[in-house]
Amino acid sequence: MKNQPIIGIFLAIYVFTGFMCFAQEAADTLELPASALENESCLHCHGEAKFDMYNSDSSMVLKKHMYKVIDRDLFYNPLSVHREFSCTDCHSSEFKEFPHPLEGRFETPLVCMDCHEGDDAFAKFNFEGIAQEYGASIHHTELGDEFNCWSCHNPHGYILHARSDDNIKDIITYNNNVCLSCHSNVDKFELLTDRELIDIIGNHQWLPNQKVHFENVRCIDCHSKTSDTTLVAHQIQPKDKAVKNCVECHSQNSHLMASLYKFQTIEARSKIGFMNAVILNESYVIGANRNVFLNRASIIIFILTLLGIAVHAIIRMVIK
Amino acid sequence: MSEEKIYLYPIWVRIWHWLNAISFLALVLSGISMQYASSGFSIIPFELSVTMHNITGIAVTFLTLIFIIVNRFTDNGFYYNMTTKTLATRLFNQSKYYLYGKFKGEKPPYPISMKRKFNPLQRLAYVVVMYIFMPLLIISGIGLFFPEIIPAKVFAMNGILLTAVLHVIMGFLCSLFLVVHLYLCTMGSSVGALFKGMITGYHQ
Repeated sequence: MKNQPIIGIFLAIYVFTGFMCFAQEAADTLELPASALENESCLHCHGEAKFDMYNSDSSMVLKKHMYKVIDRDLFYNPLSVHREFSCTDCHSSEFKEFPHPLEGRFETPLVCMDCHEGDDAFAKFNFEGIAQEYGASIHHTELGDEFNCWSCHNPHGYILHARSDDNIKDIITYNNNVCLSCHSNVDKFELLTDRELIDIIGNHQWLPNQKVHFENVRCIDCHSKTSDTTLVAHQIQPKDKAVKNCVECHSQNSHLMASLYKFQTIEARSKIGFMNAVILNESYVIGANRNVFLNRASIIIFILTLLGIAVHAIIRMVIK
Repeated sequence: MSEEKIYLYPIWVRIWHWLNAISFLALVLSGISMQYASSGFSIIPFELSVTMHNITGIAVTFLTLIFIIVNRFTDNGFYYNMTTKTLATRLFNQSKYYLYGKFKGEKPPYPISMKRKFNPLQRLAYVVVMYIFMPLLIISGIGLFFPEIIPAKVFAMNGILLTAVLHVIMGFLCSLFLVVHLYLCTMGSSVGALFKGMITGYHQ
């Protein structure tokens, strides 16, 4: 048969493609933790946008929107720090009853320190330092217990961002979205305060190249007080204490080295010819990035030029 | 050297020259202030440097455009036409005069006249600065003025960084030109003659 080799090639491609699809599917299938099966009894409703509830008085099945949907993909993400947990590790076991008892609504949620305080396994995160900074933060001093760790950090899928060499832009986007989730969302904002929603664009009109700044620095880089003991500053400052002086970032001792680029600064202190080299990974900050070689070369060339002129001028004066 | 006065710098050249000089000096000072900004001492406050650099940068951009357009369409462009023929010899002769002949009281090898506004070294320097360095300085400056138009990565390097490095190098070379230019301007018939010429229009 003339066509036999061609059919063979197509068959081989077909089998190979099928195998690759299978392999990809296997890779895409997330390995779930042991608690996942138990959690499914909660996520059956809490993992969906809507749920059914039987009303025994009217004998009707009611469809309701779920208030807070737990995203399974996010919760079981391999990097999600709480992915191994059962729902009832943190929430009352009374929630196993359905319909849930009304008292459950008034459950006091655990916060970071309830589990992490004084735990040597988490010493490098310095939760105590974070708690201390947060205690002095305007979010705590102004809002008290209305505001807690979960107002900013989602426990159902929390991923460590700042402790990685990953794309700084991703870290910036993640961090700024945390702030904007309240500060640009009137529904969430008015739950916490009677103030009008802050006009972020308008209040930052003074900032030159506003778009570039918003894309390249985090809100907290200007609006929080940095310290040597915590990696990510948690003491959010009142607006009048925000960084407004350009040279705090645009200088050799850039403030960004102690905030946005702190992890990279600690990890890589080597110089690659540029001062503040770590900033170069992602960005260029006028005044902060100075090339050591160009600096030296320019000074030498400039001095040689002046010397040449001085010698020439002196000879002119002597001969005259 | 001839004592004869030649009307070499028409009014538009003089106005263009001094506007360019003032703007460029402001650019150098504000540029150095930004590049070496610190929270302690600074020549000019950072915010003021940025505003100054932006305004004078736009001014120099237009002045350079005017220079190129006018030279393209008027006789003034003639002075900037260069041939490579015997260029090395001409440059050598002029350099020799500056470094040796001038002290021995020799006459300039290429005296200034209505037909020859610049000596070979001047002509080469002006052409390189005005047609190579300044356009590169301006293009990179426009990029930094509108950073969103610069590609994020160029050959796996930060695009803004490359643009900034090009801008700083070109700025430095043009500043160096300014220093040498100012010194060579003292080498007329008297120390102040050439400066005076750029005010009155007459070369002496």
